[in-house]
Amino acid sequence: MTLPSATLLAQSVLSGIFVGALYGLLGLGLSLSWGLLRQINLAHFAFAFLAAYLCYQLSAMGMDPLATLVIIVPAFFALGAALHALMARFAITPFNSLLVTFGLTGIVEALIQSIWTADYRKLESSYGEHRWKVAGLYVPLPELITLALAVGLSFAVWAVLRYTDLGRALRASAEDAPIAAAFGIHERRNALLLAGTCSALAGVAGLCLALGFTLAPSQIYAWVGVVFAAVMLGGLGRALAPLIAGIVIGVSEAVTMAVTAPSWAPLVSFALLIAILLFRPGRAA
Amino acid sequence: MKLLAQRTPLAIVGTAVALAFMPALGLPAFYDSLLYLVLHWIVLATSWNVLSGYTGYFSFGHGAFFGGGLYTSATLMSRYDWPFLWTLPAAAAVACLLGVVVGAIVFRVKGIRGEVFALLTLAVTFVLGTVIVNTPIDGGNGVSLAGVAVPKIGPTASSTFYLLALAAAAVTLLVAWGISVSKLGAGLFAIHDDEDAAEVMGVPTYRYKLVALAISCALAGVAGGIHALFLNYVTVGEVFTITVPLTVVLMSILGGSRHWAGPAVGAVAITLLLYSFTAANLAVAGKAMVGVVLIAAILFMPEGVLPRVQRLLGPRRRAPVGAADRVSPPAAATAVALDARPVAASAAAPALLRATRLAKQFRGVKALAGVDVEVRRGEILGLLGPNGSGKSTFINLVSGHYLPTAGSVVFEGRELAGRAAHRIARAGIARTYQIPRPFGHQTVLDNVALAAMFGGGLPDPQTARREAMTWLTFAGLDAKAQVLPDELNLHQRKFLELARALASRPRLVLLDEVLCGLTPAEMDDAVALVRRIRDQGATVVFVEHVMRAVMALTDRVVVFDHGELLAEGPAAEVMRRPEVMRAYLGVEHEAPAPATSSGLEAHHA
Repeated sequence: MTLPSATLLAQSVLSGIFVGALYGLLGLGLSLSWGLLRQINLAHFAFAFLAAYLCYQLSAMGMDPLATLVIIVPAFFALGAALHALMARFAITPFNSLLVTFGLTGIVEALIQSIWTADYRKLESSYGEHRWKVAGLYVPLPELITLALAVGLSFAVWAVLRYTDLGRALRASAEDAPIAAAFGIHERRNALLLAGTCSALAGVAGLCLALGFTLAPSQIYAWVGVVFAAVMLGGLGRALAPLIAGIVIGVSEAVTMAVTAPSWAPLVSFALLIAILLFRPGRAA
Repeated sequence: MKLLAQRTPLAIVGTAVALAFMPALGLPAFYDSLLYLVLHWIVLATSWNVLSGYTGYFSFGHGAFFGGGLYTSATLMSRYDWPFLWTLPAAAAVACLLGVVVGAIVFRVKGIRGEVFALLTLAVTFVLGTVIVNTPIDGGNGVSLAGVAVPKIGPTASSTFYLLALAAAAVTLLVAWGISVSKLGAGLFAIHDDEDAAEVMGVPTYRYKLVALAISCALAGVAGGIHALFLNYVTVGEVFTITVPLTVVLMSILGGSRHWAGPAVGAVAITLLLYSFTAANLAVAGKAMVGVVLIAAILFMPEGVLPRVQRLLGPRRRAPVGAADRVSPPAAATAVALDARPVAASAAAPALLRATRLAKQFRGVKALAGVDVEVRRGEILGLLGPNGSGKSTFINLVSGHYLPTAGSVVFEGRELAGRAAHRIARAGIARTYQIPRPFGHQTVLDNVALAAMFGGGLPDPQTARREAMTWLTFAGLDAKAQVLPDELNLHQRKFLELARALASRPRLVLLDEVLCGLTPAEMDDAVALVRRIRDQGATVVFVEHVMRAVMALTDRVVVFDHGELLAEGPAAEVMRRPEVMRAYLGVEHEAPAPATSSGLEAHHA
């Protein structure tokens, strides 16, 4: 174990921030639906990958990757709302929502595999060619877009939850749905809206995945553990927490990789997750 | 019942022996391998179910324990040249140790819930995988077992694996069945339904969960050990994944996770389903199919296939069991009544329980601010006070549901403060809950039998059921013995709570608002029952707002207000004191009202 140079370390921290922002963006929808809707949506990751492949396909057909959001966001909003309507219809418990959405993950994975095969795919776009050197550090454009989207959306969600009537109604329903309903909150409509939004957020995260990473159906599961760690570290149902927690994890992973070997990286996030769960189990309550 | 009890293990062993002749048929090796996989998943799913299905703590870390066993065998064979069969006990031991260490830490976390437990155990899988891949155990390249000899148990290598898996599956099923009909199993099922209530009934929940996890891990470890040589080349990437836990969860849910044979049914179905898709070159469609099956199973059959089938066959099978259990008890019930110990409720009776400066704080809120209460042997002590005065907190402290912040509770000369609730139950204190908390998936009889077994220290479910029947008769619920608690009305549920509290034959019974919500006629029944409880020898502390009952039943009352002791003495006298009336009614009363009781009752109605 030799200490890397200052530049290498700084570059690691920077790439940690970038990947951490994506953890945060993926975690945002997960945290909202877990905390406010009491549904642990494992299919969130499958949705993100489906969006990523969609973005890949549309770009290959000549669309600008960022412009694909016009299609992806409404489509995934509808998908999420439909899924929630199904779960609500059967009054699924939080734990069973985990199992149902796992089943859904398998279906989406199979769908992706049958359309785009199990081979690795990489989105080729003009964005990938842009990178700047700032103070000796490389700053690639796709990662910068991810960071901007993650920060922008997290703050937007935070503001909505905090300052609007809709946000207050959602938080009230999460606390005590029957009482909230008795005060005239249209709980079912709000829940559909929120579930759709979470799914649309997965769609945006999928765009970032497509911009920055090579895609394969099996990669869906690679993100589950670390994003859950970010969600739990931040606390459920909060908008800014997943982003901050995601960046903390991303940076500690990147530094671990730079100081030791890349294969040690999972230890950081999972050891963190275990520590949080053991010492602050109330966070998940 | 006995006959059935002996038939099940015989059926398991018989089937296994019959299946052991399979290789002699000389079928192509491919059948051996397919059947090997079926049996392999039976072992994994059934072993997982021993903890997770029975207690409801869904572990997503089965891959870690399976992988621990797998890498133990692989390392011992490849590096230390151990013969294959000798590595299997080692694999079981390592996996078991791993499970005990994880469980000892995880189960200590207060109030850990299903989702958190699932994520924690999943994280353990990846941590273990990361450690193994980065250390010489694996080194990142995987472990090859090409040079290891396969022992000649069957005629061919593939039949050897088949026979080993068959033996492992038979043992696993025997263990799973054995647990499900034992005292251990009864405790685990109670944890599934209501862990706090189980602990208060005397189930050592922490120890039981740990034992179940240890057994579960040891069996998974053996499956891993066998699978190491079957695979011949093992890598972390394929072992420490989310696939193993999710597949076993799916199999168990599909088959029915509360039944010992449920996971095996699911394992056979899923393995063959996946295989048939793979054989038809539709592996991807198979993956989707598994997803569809999982979703459909949870939405339409959350209890699994096996319980569903059982219910269809149910009525015929259930009736004789109930009848057999019902024959003798009524006689025993009268025996209990006759057996009544002499009543000794005089003021001079010695203290059975003495609470000294007992206090409880919830983050700055003083629920109980250091009270001294003495309960005398053989008396009925009423515990009164306005809402929020600390009555229920007192019950929760004495029964061990809460840990006291300060103070002591001495029962029959023994200090109980700070002890685990199940030890307090074993010491001879039973309680009821204000809102009844029966174990929802167990019959009324089994609900009571559980208390007899754990609080009362009876050794096995059969004896406990006989004891339970006497208490059901005592509470007038004998006709409802075989129904589920859901089918009882509130009155009957309250009486079930009483029967459950009595079945452990406690010396002290704590009753938390047993009358609340009952009609006047039902109250009379309950009052008569409480009196009979005392008459057959137990001391009773009872929290109550219904003054008519307090006046009729109690020898003494203590009154709490704002977590402090306000008054103590005979009910009729105490209730006239101005400070008591002030606490209850919130107003000054110039002249002591004559009866007061009607006013008090109205206040709390």
